[in-house]
Amino acid sequence: MLTLNINGKEIQIDAEEDTPLLWVLRDNLDLTGTKFGCGIAACGACTVHVDGTAMRSCSVPISMVAESKITTIEGLTGTVGNAVQRAWIEEQVPQCGYCQPGMIMAVSALLKETPSPTDEDIDDAITNICRCGTYPRIRKAIHRAVKLETEA
Amino acid sequence: MAKSTLLTRRKFLIAGGLVGGGLAVAYAFGGNDVPDRAPYASTAGTNEFTLNAWVKISSNGNISVAISQAEMGQGIHTALCMLVAEELEVDVAGITPEQAPIDAVYANFTIIQDSLPFGDGHHRGEETAGAWAMKKVGALLGIQATGGSTSVRNFWLPMQQAGATARQMLIQAAADRWSVPASECYAKAGKIIHDSSDNSASYGELAQAASKLDIPEEVSLKQPSERRVIGYSQQRIDIPAKVTGEAEFGVDVSLPDMVYAAVKICPTFGGTVKHWDESKIGNMPGVLKAVKLENAVAVVANSFWRAKQAVEQLPVTFDDTINSSLSTDGIFNEFEEQLKLDDGRSYAEEGDAKSVLSNSGASKSTATYKVPFLAHACMEPMNCTAIVTDTSVEVWTPNQSNTLISWIAQEIAEVDAENVSVHNTYLGGGFGRKVETDCVSMTLNFAKAFKGRPVKLIWTRENDMQHDMYRPAALAKFEATLDSQGRVQAWHNKVASPSISRAFVQRMLPFAGADMPDNTTVEGAADIPYEFPHKLMEHFPTPVQVPIGYWRSVGHSYNAFFTECFMDELAAKAEIDPIEFRRLHLSDSKDFLAVLNRLEKESNWKEPAADGHFRGIALHESFGSIVGQVVEISVSPDKEITLHKVTCVIDCGEVLNLMV
Ligand code: FES
Ligand code: FES
Repeated sequence: MLTLNINGKEIQIDAEEDTPLLWVLRDNLDLTGTKFGCGIAACGACTVHVDGTAMRSCSVPISMVAESKITTIEGLTGTVGNAVQRAWIEEQVPQCGYCQPGMIMAVSALLKETPSPTDEDIDDAITNICRCGTYPRIRKAIHRAVKLETEA
Repeated sequence: MAKSTLLTRRKFLIAGGLVGGGLAVAYAFGGNDVPDRAPYASTAGTNEFTLNAWVKISSNGNISVAISQAEMGQGIHTALCMLVAEELEVDVAGITPEQAPIDAVYANFTIIQDSLPFGDGHHRGEETAGAWAMKKVGALLGIQATGGSTSVRNFWLPMQQAGATARQMLIQAAADRWSVPASECYAKAGKIIHDSSDNSASYGELAQAASKLDIPEEVSLKQPSERRVIGYSQQRIDIPAKVTGEAEFGVDVSLPDMVYAAVKICPTFGGTVKHWDESKIGNMPGVLKAVKLENAVAVVANSFWRAKQAVEQLPVTFDDTINSSLSTDGIFNEFEEQLKLDDGRSYAEEGDAKSVLSNSGASKSTATYKVPFLAHACMEPMNCTAIVTDTSVEVWTPNQSNTLISWIAQEIAEVDAENVSVHNTYLGGGFGRKVETDCVSMTLNFAKAFKGRPVKLIWTRENDMQHDMYRPAALAKFEATLDSQGRVQAWHNKVASPSISRAFVQRMLPFAGADMPDNTTVEGAADIPYEFPHKLMEHFPTPVQVPIGYWRSVGHSYNAFFTECFMDELAAKAEIDPIEFRRLHLSDSKDFLAVLNRLEKESNWKEPAADGHFRGIALHESFGSIVGQVVEISVSPDKEITLHKVTCVIDCGEVLNLMV
């Protein structure tokens, strides 16, 4: 038994220590907003925040994050997170939507570190895959989120 | 139950009814009979009143609309609700989309017309006996399906009629209540109003009375000038849940007492499981059972991760001798050999291209193009959840055709259609992959081993890439001659590839004919707009042992590339500007010319490109939309391509939602 701190709650987990965080979130805790896309840290659909940093939860064993504060899309709060979600709606970003929780987690972590990213910063930091090809709207929405946040 | 007995009595009656004259009516209604309210009424709860096949209103004013189409990111839930909202005089926000029951009234007639291998008017599809049978069987079974860019084309009229019919019935109910002429009442913002008596009543108050009225067979639709929804911008109704993580995809389905399956599939196509040793994983945590199918073994456990770990450890040997020597080179050699035979099926023919070309000597232009197999790679890997009992099946899966899933479920679980329910979720990408039933059929077999318990099968990304129904590889050869003005005199296009519809239809209905014309495989090659005095397009169906299927834009995905590349080769040979060259061959095609002219302007085609930049143009029609693009690139000394700009002009006809 391991205890994890997820979205501000301490939760006891019944799973082997090498279980990836992704599957504990999805199967043990029903936090299904975090998606499975590849399982090998390649697509970013499973992105969560571990102590504020974006991490690909499919490749993080729970033993590694026992001491950390984990935030999933369900627990995303605060001005940055809200601005990103609002910008995503205003720019009508999602198509199928499957990659978007991971995108939003990756982008909100970026904006905490780099509050006003250039296009190049975005290209470097946001390497998540969107099969529907929403990248141009993602870029627009990131810039809009910056504006919404400064206005807030 | 054999597949050929799937024609249950009910389906048979529907089919019979449609064959015997109903077909004309069905097409007159755009294929979908708005007044047939019984199927939707069967889903009505207490205080919910069914006005027609698509609209239910509850006594507290909630409006539900039956949605037969899968939402995979194309915004179709919003689009269909907009059509009803327009006529019903409500906001889209006031409508709840609801999955339509499985019934022929919700069939997608357009997809059947477009996809199944029979002529649709602009292709020379031959009416073979097999094709004729498929037309009848396919159209008449009433297949609900999403794909081929058909949803709006098929459902625009019926959804608008459904809204208008409901409005007219509410007006009639109000007029009856107030004893005033219906013609003096009108609908506005969820109410029926009669000005001179100063009466008004909400839809909720009128719903019950309206639902008792006969459904009008004819309704008048709003004039385009009166529209306030259709053709305007509407935010998509599925997006808010997609940014909070609440949107439920198939992979997210979670049921009490659910178990999870992970699968190892024979790496060669058509191979089988030879030997496996369950004892090696018996002690692994959470493992419940291993289940063998012909070509795969699954481990079922109490979490997906545990199932996946165990299936990786499970010793399995496969009989992979069949197709073990299959190779890309071998497949392309077969294509080459096929093209040498003089027995292609002609899909477009004008003049006598063959003899003009054979007399043209050395002056003719030739080119060969090829494309590889492609995986769909939906972002959401294939998955399915199912409960099988002795008498019923319940399936949750992201899918593009719940009708086909119901068929498979009836067959595998040996139950009647009435005892199958199929729940569609949001699809994390579909692209044609999720019209297939392979993952569903695996799940149902595993669920049979756990009767009464929900089993969720998730394919890993590796399963998903290795066991797709791929976009087929194809090989195209072209020959053409130009006249003295640089115009194409004769054009001969031969394409060798497997027939996509044939592969699909045979998976679903093995009794279907093997040799049938297939428009989907030649779309974008047989129906090019260019005017050539001598034109021949032939397809050489070449079966391959790689499973193939419908993949985003299907035949267009390679034919547009082939034909537009060859047009450029010919323009270069004629020393004519590529846009001008296309224009020369489009004198009769106003719509194409309009796109081309606009593209020329928007891309500043006439201005020289920046130093070291190159521009290319392509023009193509698919699924009723004409698209032209100019792409500007540069190439570095080590051949790296940088894309600088794409200018795109599209004529997609009437736009429903400006925001999509
Ligand atoms: S699922 Fe974790 S990166 Fe793809
Ligand atoms: S919106 Fe579909 S994968 Fe990104």
